Amino acid sequence: MKGRSILAAIKRSGVEFVISVPDITTSEGLLRPLATDRDLHLLRVCKEDEGVAICAGLSFADRRALLLIQQTGLLDSINAVRAVAVEYSLPICMMVGLLEKEPDVPPSKSKRYGVRIVEPILDAMGVAHHVLETETDVAKIQPAIEHSYGASSPVVLLLGRSPLAS
Amino acid sequence: MMKRDECFRVLARHVAEDVVVATYSSAFDWIAVRKHPLNYLSVGAMGLASSHGLGLALGRPDRRIIVLDGDGSLLMNLGTLVTIAEAKPRNLFHFICENGNYEANGGHPIPMQGRLSFVGLARSAGIRQCYEFSELVDFERQIGAVLLQEGPVFVDLKVERGSVAQQDFAYIHSAAVRTEFQAALRKA
Repeated sequence: MKGRSILAAIKRSGVEFVISVPDITTSEGLLRPLATDRDLHLLRVCKEDEGVAICAGLSFADRRALLLIQQTGLLDSINAVRAVAVEYSLPICMMVGLLEKEPDVPPSKSKRYGVRIVEPILDAMGVAHHVLETETDVAKIQPAIEHSYGASSPVVLLLGRSPLAS
Repeated sequence: MMKRDECFRVLARHVAEDVVVATYSSAFDWIAVRKHPLNYLSVGAMGLASSHGLGLALGRPDRRIIVLDGDGSLLMNLGTLVTIAEAKPRNLFHFICENGNYEANGGHPIPMQGRLSFVGLARSAGIRQCYEFSELVDFERQIGAVLLQEGPVFVDLKVERGSVAQQDFAYIHSAAVRTEFQAALRKA
């Protein structure tokens, strides 16, 4: 899975703003090239729940955004996702690095508790989610984001491994 | 010390077609003063009003975005001051109503009640335009000029509860209010 393929898919989805707290899974392959990309505005935030609300404000202004974070930040932002994204039916698109997930192991089978619980939590909240593990999976990005904005509902794209930097 | 509703009546005279993001107790008082489709109600997850406002400010740089935050709410999301300073939205005006307590949650005191400088926090975060008002006459005299500054602007209003506005929680949480806001913003 190449970082540049993911970046291209993000742009094809009409995303203009990326809101981010750094995540080691996406640091080199995605966040670093994104920071110098002229087509995307990167906004660095202090905490992930801020990002949920910033994406909400942007959505009311009809501007598309992606929140790029780690699963620890997603777990820390559950209340914001619950209220802002789910209960208020807003198109909050999140790309979430799964820290320490073993390559080619489904998140639900991970030995890491912090990885294993992510999908069941999203299921309990009724939040759509997709796992991206291979280059083929990059094709899931654009339809997921288009659906999120079309249906005005949140989506989480779970990155199961670090995207390649080149 | 100013009454919050009196303060808002003064502010409302300077707010024409601006977007106003208001939260909880401030939202109820603001709605009572200025019920308008360009009111954006930040409720559901406490502390995020300024972040909603930042998103709106970045998405609509042509509009003035006024945030009416609470002191307890800001304390839940202090990093927002740093994020706003970094983003430098020229059109964002972040007001907090400092009443020293969690009014919507039983009136319990905030940590460091009365001993904390919110303007000091905002300045240290990197927001250059910071103001503090505790007397209505001063606020009335200066607010027009404050709203002409280039943002981001941070304003600490030292207030107490004034007349009790109707607290219609069903209204502030309703989907209709958000739909109306979006339609109004698209036309604006």
